[in-house]
Amino acid sequence: MIPLQSLDIAAVRARLQNSKGKMYWRTLEEVADSSAFEELIHNEFPRQAAPMPDAVSRRTFVKLMGASFALAGLSGCGTVGGHWRVPEKIIPYVESPEYVVPGNPLMFATAMSLGGVAIGLLAESHTGRPTKLEGNPSHPGSLGSADLFSQAAILQLYDPDRAESVNNGGRIRTWQNFETALAAQVAADGGGVRIVTEAVTSPTLVSQIEQFVAANAGAKWITWEPAGQNNALQGAALAFGQPVSTVYDFSQADIVLALDADFLSAVPANVRYTRDFMAKRRLSEESTTMNRLYVVEPMLTPTGSKADHRLALRASEVAAFGRAVGEALGVAGLSSALPAGVSTEWFNALVNDLQGAGANALVVVGDGQPPLVHAIGHAINAALGGVGTTLRYIAPLAADLPDENEAMAELVAEMQSGAASSVIILGGNPVFTTPAQLGFGDALAEVPFSAHLSVDVNETSNRCQWQLPATHFLEAWSDARAFDGSATIVQPLVEPLYGGRSAHEVMALLNGQTGQAGYDIVRAFWEENGIGDNFERGWRRAVHDGVVADSQAESVAVDFSGEWGATDSVVPDGSLEIVFRPDPTLFDGRFANSGWLQELPKPIVKLTWDNAAILSPATAERLGLANEDIVLIEIGERGVTAPVLIAPGHANESITVWLGGGRKVAGRVGEKIGFNAYHIRPSATPWFTAGTLNKVAGRHRLAQTQDHQQITHHLAQRHVIKSGTLKEFQEDPEFLHHGGHGEEGEEAASLYQDWEYNGYKWGMTIDLTSCSGCMACVAACQAENNIPVVGKTEVLRNRELHWLRVDAYYTGELDNPEVYNMPVPCMNCEKAPCEPVCPVGATVHDSEGLNNMVYNRCIGTRYCSNNCPYKVRRFNYLEHVEGDVPVLKLLRNPDVSVRTRGVMEKCTYCVQRISAARIQADKEQRTVEDADLQTACQATCPAQAITFGDLNNQNAAVTERAASPLNYVLLEELATKPRTTYLAAIRNSNDALASEMTETHG
Amino acid sequence: MLSSPQHEATQPKTAGQVPVLAPGHNMRSITDKISDIVLKPKGGIGWVIGFAITFALTMQLLFSIGWLLLRGIGVWGNNQPASWAFDIINFVWWIGIGHAGTLISAILLLLRQQWRTSINRMAEAITLFAVANAGLYPLLHTGRPWLDYWLFPYPNTMGLWPQFRSPLVWDVFAISTYLTISLLFWYMGLLPDLATLRDRATGKIKRMAYGIFSLGWRNSARHWKTYEQAYFLLAALSTPLVISVHTIVSFDFAVSVIPGWHTTVFPPYFVAGALYAGFAMVLMVAIPVRKIFNIEDFITMRHIRNMSIIMLVSGLVVAYGYLTEGFAAWYSANPFEIDTVLLLRFVTGPYRVLAWLLIACNVVIPQLLWSSRVRSNTVLIWLISGVISVGMWLERFVIIVMSLTNDFLPSSWAMYAPTVTDIAMYTGTIGFFLFLLLLFIRFVPMISAFEMRELLHKVSHSGDHHSSSNDSQHGGEVVPVPGD
Repeated sequence: MIPLQSLDIAAVRARLQNSKGKMYWRTLEEVADSSAFEELIHNEFPRQAAPMPDAVSRRTFVKLMGASFALAGLSGCGTVGGHWRVPEKIIPYVESPEYVVPGNPLMFATAMSLGGVAIGLLAESHTGRPTKLEGNPSHPGSLGSADLFSQAAILQLYDPDRAESVNNGGRIRTWQNFETALAAQVAADGGGVRIVTEAVTSPTLVSQIEQFVAANAGAKWITWEPAGQNNALQGAALAFGQPVSTVYDFSQADIVLALDADFLSAVPANVRYTRDFMAKRRLSEESTTMNRLYVVEPMLTPTGSKADHRLALRASEVAAFGRAVGEALGVAGLSSALPAGVSTEWFNALVNDLQGAGANALVVVGDGQPPLVHAIGHAINAALGGVGTTLRYIAPLAADLPDENEAMAELVAEMQSGAASSVIILGGNPVFTTPAQLGFGDALAEVPFSAHLSVDVNETSNRCQWQLPATHFLEAWSDARAFDGSATIVQPLVEPLYGGRSAHEVMALLNGQTGQAGYDIVRAFWEENGIGDNFERGWRRAVHDGVVADSQAESVAVDFSGEWGATDSVVPDGSLEIVFRPDPTLFDGRFANSGWLQELPKPIVKLTWDNAAILSPATAERLGLANEDIVLIEIGERGVTAPVLIAPGHANESITVWLGGGRKVAGRVGEKIGFNAYHIRPSATPWFTAGTLNKVAGRHRLAQTQDHQQITHHLAQRHVIKSGTLKEFQEDPEFLHHGGHGEEGEEAASLYQDWEYNGYKWGMTIDLTSCSGCMACVAACQAENNIPVVGKTEVLRNRELHWLRVDAYYTGELDNPEVYNMPVPCMNCEKAPCEPVCPVGATVHDSEGLNNMVYNRCIGTRYCSNNCPYKVRRFNYLEHVEGDVPVLKLLRNPDVSVRTRGVMEKCTYCVQRISAARIQADKEQRTVEDADLQTACQATCPAQAITFGDLNNQNAAVTERAASPLNYVLLEELATKPRTTYLAAIRNSNDALASEMTETHG
Repeated sequence: MLSSPQHEATQPKTAGQVPVLAPGHNMRSITDKISDIVLKPKGGIGWVIGFAITFALTMQLLFSIGWLLLRGIGVWGNNQPASWAFDIINFVWWIGIGHAGTLISAILLLLRQQWRTSINRMAEAITLFAVANAGLYPLLHTGRPWLDYWLFPYPNTMGLWPQFRSPLVWDVFAISTYLTISLLFWYMGLLPDLATLRDRATGKIKRMAYGIFSLGWRNSARHWKTYEQAYFLLAALSTPLVISVHTIVSFDFAVSVIPGWHTTVFPPYFVAGALYAGFAMVLMVAIPVRKIFNIEDFITMRHIRNMSIIMLVSGLVVAYGYLTEGFAAWYSANPFEIDTVLLLRFVTGPYRVLAWLLIACNVVIPQLLWSSRVRSNTVLIWLISGVISVGMWLERFVIIVMSLTNDFLPSSWAMYAPTVTDIAMYTGTIGFFLFLLLLFIRFVPMISAFEMRELLHKVSHSGDHHSSSNDSQHGGEVVPVPGD
């Protein structure tokens, strides 16, 4: 056990300061070299007991329960929906439907909404069964890429714990029962109806709800989005007198200042923003300039990891910083002293850069900042002249509704007073996600008539009388708007698995229209509002393309009319600040039952299966805390206990907690994981506030995929990360290869002959300048390749099965380090060390340069994994495939073998996709081109950091990137000749701050 | 009967030289004493308790194996960087233990070292049982052990052969050869004694059993001629095995790219280590056995001292191996090698206490054997042998786990810890080893009676001048014999 104050942070600092050259480090303990850490390693083995009872019994239980649940669902849907289980005669195709070729998947355009904002997707369907989601290249929010939530959405469809039947008071009912009860309730007190939804951008649903509210005087519609854009809208209202949504155009921005805005991974449209932002950073022979990013934020986020200059600042001090920037840029009415500890040199460099870029400068404010800061951001952007260039304003995406926090408080009061006689909750989980101090759950239980339409069974379902199974977005017709207002028709891929209904269908019931199918409702709306000249043609085109042509929202002209209030910080000086953030993988908690997302390592800190109280090394030092200690966080009279996670680069005297942990009703995977931060979240200042922190007894193991590490003094000598500055690159593009290490350019000797490739020669490059470490690629790889989830205990034992991992390395100061993200798939080496050591020849080199894995032949000696210098092979230590949960079988990619226990597995560049592309090209008597083929990680990467293709093809993008002077080989001195290579990480440092930069490329 | 009482052993003339056979024995007394251990067992309760304990441990081994087969390798502590851990550590450890038997039986036979006679059978049995335990691990450590037969080259409809570049395939051949030759050698050496037991046994079942296993040995001159030829032939075949088996085992590591494994010093240093561990184990068994069964006349202090000296010498070779390994790492100027073999192993790494313990066990403590007083104290020798056995286990831990957990990319570094099943299986193999040894002592003459008679003959006829001068090259110093 680490005793209190074991981590000598002063020593860490000293070591970092004294280190020669650029020292890369990953954990505090590593630099600390502390005896306590070694003691920890001796005493705290990943787990001491045998993995017998717990893991086993839980898994067995899961299997049994899964089987029984799913079967119950099947029998239910036969009567209710009569959908995909055909009751009697089955008849084969006489005339085959056009396009359907067994074995060939079809792609359909659809869209997924998160926080109301849609991202367009293409769903891969194998004989009617969706198996994988990809970005939709035609959709402005995607352009072909996707994020980790949309990659994991497919698992939600097949979640064995989904809501499966209409329930009332614990008894199974029919939809007809509900219709009757609802009609009676609306007839009795239509004005007492309160409709609670998440943020809604669906034009059809908005019109349906508005129709209901108009028809029933007194009825109200409340939206609740716990991690939504309420502050942004309120901020716009403050600045312009009217709420507007902001659309950024990073392709025009040369200097970006992110004020607590994680636009590369958290805000809606991050996929599109990442693509545009990274496109401005990509270096080649033609393009030798980059944009420059300044980030001011409390916790190190993916955006912060890409910052050229980053300032760790408490969330509550961002307002003062923003005011100071505004003042410096001449915004009237703003003035503020810089927050303590901010160097004026840094500030002046930033202001000069912003001024210099003028209209091409952009200030982005995060959703976690109060409306005032958003207003300041608008004012600064106006002062810089960027409106119309780097950003534009559109009418609010979501329905124009009053402040969510106030509306929710009012609703609770109405529920308590009885004014709200019936509450219809369409989606979401407000019982869990509203701040506990509101008492929403208790009030809801007293409402005479309550119903919850939900895909999953959650805390809110349990508090409502009626539990209604909802359709997943892949099961129902709908529509939604993208970040720029573009509308998408959401088309279903499969009949509802459990007889669920969509929000449109339930709203139709409320409006007294029984028997309306979702398709008819959505189509009728668009027929009324029109798509193009010819509705039928326009509709078909919109459904096919996944985006309604020319539906982008028009820019709104705004007048800046802000009155600035005083900055009355909610966090007094000298007190700790508690910052609430959506969980990087669970969002607001809605994905808690997704094993994929629970096990997906959170960016940079690499935590899985938990949330934590995240704080800076200095704060931990002051409070005498070590990793995995348990602390009691108190805000007012409410408190939660949380494990401590020390994160380098976090602002001092600030604690970040993620929303979404501590679910009580979620399903077999998601319950009782982490702590519930909503319990202490204040409704008035939902994103940060003052609080206290006290250590309590006990420890809690945190399963990080990159932590149980030890000390090394030679990380820099290992040349894992190669980096430099734009200036170095501009002065000498070959700078990486000069004055360095003699091994470059020398052809390493080998006993084995070189391979010859007359056909294809597959290769991959990964651009470290672009990678923000958002983890979407890992999620995509898991979805594509049937990679199982292993659970927290196995992660603690270092047995996670992700084929692709994203390593994070820190360099520089402890308080504000630079971070390098490095995705590591299989290198597919030319001289692969794994191949000659396999006694049965289960891993072999193929004629196109792939290092293939023959699962059927593998007997599991694991010698290959030992001999892999990159440690990219993964072994099935236990049986992880839940083969007897029927609904999960539907999830599997039929093109990829499901691996049994005792078998080694690894990345093979999505060999199934290569084969499909090669077969198609062969049929068309041509060769595979870039457009034919993308690996799963490459396809989803919003930063386009991953390039894959045929190195024998001179026109392939990968060939061009591999020839870049920035291209380097990981562990080149081993002469493994990997096919996966990296482009060095380049930062565009401001010369004025050059002294701040540490020596480059150690 | 074979024995003839007129050959009385003569007293050794050289003052102070401990004989390889205590004085006062004749042919009959030798045969009686050795066969009576089997045929007229005494002190049953001690043996029964030992049998019960080792039987329980054997059952523990079987349970662990069953659990392993049922659940998968995940019941062990092996993880992502440390894909091999207890499984291969214990495999190498057991294989090493077997080596003394082969050295004593084969090389010392060919070198005509007469002192080997009274310990060769026990050493060979140790070899056999150790190899049996060792063989369990590679067979069971695969993810899908029911497919292990794919490791053997056999004609099959898949048209697939093993991948001959893999050291694991070399292992398969090396170990199966080793097991076969060791078994044959041991069993053939037993034949004349089994026949003696057959002739002396009283019960019908015993007579039949020994009769079957003695393969119709009738003690004819023709038999003896064939026997001698075959025995020397097998000895000649075994001799390269002493070198080759552990050399090939070391290739599992030396052929790889992992720092700490990737070194050419491994083959000689593994062979020396194997002899080191093997003699330690023979001593650990022989010292209590000679006391318990009152056969100090046959396994004399001369044997104990000679083996101690071999142990000391092989230990020095091992120490030199450590030195060379460290030097090569430093001289390579390769940061990975320097980190893994020097810095992380001894200075900063999380397991460095184990590395220093290894040095203490294998290098420092055995230096006590330089002292002739230590070499005369069986309790001390037994303790030192135990320390060396622990040290040799630690050596494999240091090489296997410490190298794997700290290889090239620091992001993959992680700790390894064994599970209950790992430990249960390891202690189970120790129990199984002792279990087999107890059965061996109970049912088979643990000392070769006919070779002892031959030794008696040589000692009494050709005089001990020849043998003692021969022995003195190994026996070295002159020590007064206690109770002489």
